[in-house]
Amino acid sequence: MLELQNISRKVGDEVYVDDVSLCLQRGELNILLGPTLAGKTSLMRIMAGLDKPDSGSLRFDGRDVLGLPVQKRNVAMVYQQFINYPTLTVFDNIASPLTVNRISKWEIASRVAKVSDLLKLGDFLQRRPDTLSGGQQQRVALARALIKGADLVILDEPLANLDYKLREDLRAELPGLFAEMGAVLVYATTEPTEALVLGGNTACMFEGKVEQFGPTLELYRQPAGLQTARIFSDPPLNTLRLHYRQGELRIPESEQLIKLRAELNDGQDYTLGVRPHHLCLVRRSPEDIELRGEVTVTEIGGSESFVHFEFQNRAWVALIHGIVKFASSEAVSFFVQPRHSLLFDQSDSLISNSTAMIMAP
Amino acid sequence: MKTVNNKAWLMVLPVLLLVGLSAIIPLMTVVNYSVQDSFGNNEFFWVGTEWFQEILHSERFLNALQRTLLFSALILAIEIPLGIGIALAMPKRGIGVSICLVLMALPLLIPWNVVGTIWQVFGRIDIGLLGHGLESLGLDYNYTQNTFDAWATIIIMDVWHWTSLVVLLCYSGLVAIPEVYYQAARIDGASRWAVFRYIQLPKIKRVLLIAVLLRFMDSFMIYTEPFVVTGGGPGNATTFLSIDLVQMAIGQFDLGPAAAMSLIYFLIILLLCWVFYTLMTVSDQAVSATKGRTN
Amino acid sequence: MATIELQAIAHRYDSGHGSAIGDAVIPFAVNALDQCWPDGGAYALLGPSGCGKTTLLNIISGLLHPTAGSVLFDGVDVTARSPEQRNIAQVFQFPVVYETLTVADNLAFPLRNRGLPTADIDSRVASVLTMLGLQKQANLKARDLTVDEKQKISLGRGLVRTDVKAILFDEPLTVIDPHLKWQLRTELKKIHQQFQHTMIYVTHDQTEALTFADRVIVMHEGSIVQVGTPQELFEKPQHTFVGRFIGSPGMNVIPCIVEGATAIVGEHRISLQASLGSDFDNSGLQNTELGIRPEYVRLCQEQGLPAVITAIEDVGKHVVVRVNVAGHELKVIQREGEPIPRNPRVWFEPGKMNLYQNAHLVEAAQ
Repeated sequence: MLELQNISRKVGDEVYVDDVSLCLQRGELNILLGPTLAGKTSLMRIMAGLDKPDSGSLRFDGRDVLGLPVQKRNVAMVYQQFINYPTLTVFDNIASPLTVNRISKWEIASRVAKVSDLLKLGDFLQRRPDTLSGGQQQRVALARALIKGADLVILDEPLANLDYKLREDLRAELPGLFAEMGAVLVYATTEPTEALVLGGNTACMFEGKVEQFGPTLELYRQPAGLQTARIFSDPPLNTLRLHYRQGELRIPESEQLIKLRAELNDGQDYTLGVRPHHLCLVRRSPEDIELRGEVTVTEIGGSESFVHFEFQNRAWVALIHGIVKFASSEAVSFFVQPRHSLLFDQSDSLISNSTAMIMAP
Repeated sequence: MKTVNNKAWLMVLPVLLLVGLSAIIPLMTVVNYSVQDSFGNNEFFWVGTEWFQEILHSERFLNALQRTLLFSALILAIEIPLGIGIALAMPKRGIGVSICLVLMALPLLIPWNVVGTIWQVFGRIDIGLLGHGLESLGLDYNYTQNTFDAWATIIIMDVWHWTSLVVLLCYSGLVAIPEVYYQAARIDGASRWAVFRYIQLPKIKRVLLIAVLLRFMDSFMIYTEPFVVTGGGPGNATTFLSIDLVQMAIGQFDLGPAAAMSLIYFLIILLLCWVFYTLMTVSDQAVSATKGRTN
Repeated sequence: MATIELQAIAHRYDSGHGSAIGDAVIPFAVNALDQCWPDGGAYALLGPSGCGKTTLLNIISGLLHPTAGSVLFDGVDVTARSPEQRNIAQVFQFPVVYETLTVADNLAFPLRNRGLPTADIDSRVASVLTMLGLQKQANLKARDLTVDEKQKISLGRGLVRTDVKAILFDEPLTVIDPHLKWQLRTELKKIHQQFQHTMIYVTHDQTEALTFADRVIVMHEGSIVQVGTPQELFEKPQHTFVGRFIGSPGMNVIPCIVEGATAIVGEHRISLQASLGSDFDNSGLQNTELGIRPEYVRLCQEQGLPAVITAIEDVGKHVVVRVNVAGHELKVIQREGEPIPRNPRVWFEPGKMNLYQNAHLVEAAQ
């Protein structure tokens, strides 16, 4: 188990990591999700021992590891750029963590064979990394990390430099690869879809802070804050500012009312969040909330369409199944079911659906 | 926090001892001399800042300083543009790269007093290729008697010796520029000059600054080459600060003033280095600050 | 704007050794192809790394001279012309801006190089700044902008030239964050809608290609595999490669044996009549595979082939269910909230199945 308590790091005037506390268990995939410069890489470097935090403590299985240099920490890292020893063959690359520890040649050969089979590198063992494709090079890096049997395996956006399709394929293999390791796994990514596919636990990071940490699906369905909901949305989350007055939450310039079960604070602003795929072109139930806007552009992607429309001076996007075509500036109505709407208060915290569920207009 | 750093100090200890013996202790000795005077017999007495004041007001020192500054300015004015020009002309791919790099490296490998000797002989009117050649063309050239000729010879010698450093530094900066910039410039219809001004020059700014700093410091401290060629003459036309200092310390054995002068010399260089360093890091900080949390 | 034609274009990169033997061994980066792209369209060159799409783009732009063939703009042979002579604009993988110039000067740069009068330059720059939403940053130094703003400047330098024949994009969203990718893509689409420039967009991301382009050109190992609208590529991929490459996840392809108008997978029989028509002639069909997209596979309890669920991936907007049918793995997409039966059966939507022989699509005999 890797425990971080109040870890902070500042470089010059910039805060890289802001008071992060996390508890990461072995055998689970822990994902750090956030945009670039959110602090994911900085945090991982602290976990690995490459950087020292300005404050806070780091314990691995109960032991304080802050003073321990990287070499002693039994860490394996896989980077975004395919990093392999360029002058060694694939076999030697994969074997390198073992040769350093002076393990018998026979043992090395059998372990390398096992790992390279797992990563489908069996045919390439005698080649040099620069003769391989990007995907294969990254597999070599993964094999090197796997074979080490490290207690902590850190993957810093390992699939980011790969082709889209290759990414999909490798992503499907990853959970299986690391499942048996029993190590603490930390995986950084900027793509919400990747986090959802990989499962495990996710820590949403933004500007050096961990906004929320928990099982991935839970963060997705019940984001505790607006920032988490935003980070976890691809296409981007649609939001709208609403004002609560005299017991009513009204969509500006329309007769649309959002009824609530409980009382909110009078005179305050709230933010409505709707995920693009929850917008529908037809009213599916009498409780649906209607949103009227003007289409700006439609993008068609195979079996689904992205309709960008202007709603209350905001750029909203709807993900519609099937092919639809709209003329530019055409008026359009979208419907969203109340239970799919997210409501956030002034401090950007989610108002739990159980206390203030949005009801029919 | 504890275990790591202790070992590091142990590793550094030998270097510290070495630096201490070869640099710090002699430096302290010089400081010692600079505030004392002696009438001989190894008896010294304290004179405070007297030597410093005398040096700073002496015409001899100020003239030497002027000459040195003028020399550095000329050197920079010639070597930097010339270096950039040659770096731009060097090929980036193919067999020509290795040939050019070797050619550029050659002058830098020659020991400095040998450089001086080469040019001393080269410029002689009787047996030197340059000297004799100019004489036979009817030109009046004599670096031992003519001030202008002496300066010209030393400057050309330094340009021959050190421009390669500027070339190599600028070349490394140029080679690092991704090809896409040139492609975009072609598409934008940029002229050769525009490509240089808006793409190449900004990208090599950092290495250029290093080149300027290095050349300035070296030319400001120059001793061996001019000493071998002209010995400081004719008269004191090429007596730069360093040569003057050595004359005072070893020639005249005026330890006090020599020590004071060398300290002043040291402080001037330190000041100029600090100026350059600040310039370099200020521009770096400005760049990184804007890159910070803009996303 | 121009109609772009490629005639018998082929390209091979030099080995650099200059020997005929060395050259003979090098494969072609782009195999012989002919294409005609009408003026004003949005085209995407889609394919995995190394398929030759960037090579083809550079041949069109003039940055690369093809080993064989010719490039025509509006019927005029421009193969020998340089990029600036062809009057094209290109946006690269990572932003290329003149860092010491301001944003406005960056946009004015191509016009100034062409010697346009200052008044014209100023008005063009102003209109492009508005188009891209960069009015506020007009007087900032280009190096102080964020990555996506810099890419906009790169795009702007192309838009600012009124006579630009085509705007070419070489994987322009590679370094941009996912959220900003959406914004930038939508803006590109809007700009294309508004101004109808001929735009050619190279990418390996099929979502980018399908959402941006009117016509997508799918490439694989130097050859063009299929050209069509996003819908055509989705519904009727001509090659199993296209089927797998397009769509997330890609098409399911399972081996089968065809008898009459029925496909036999393991012990199960699937009627093909709706897809291929009743006059379908299947004599001589071998090495056949059945292709069906996960979006058109349904899980239900009553009809279809029995399946065993091997994995369930909840991706938020839908759920990808991996099932095993007669020893083959299939992916099924279930909408959010749809129940997943315990003992499911898979059912293929009629009319959405494609039959492939030797990886090529078999069309119904007319």
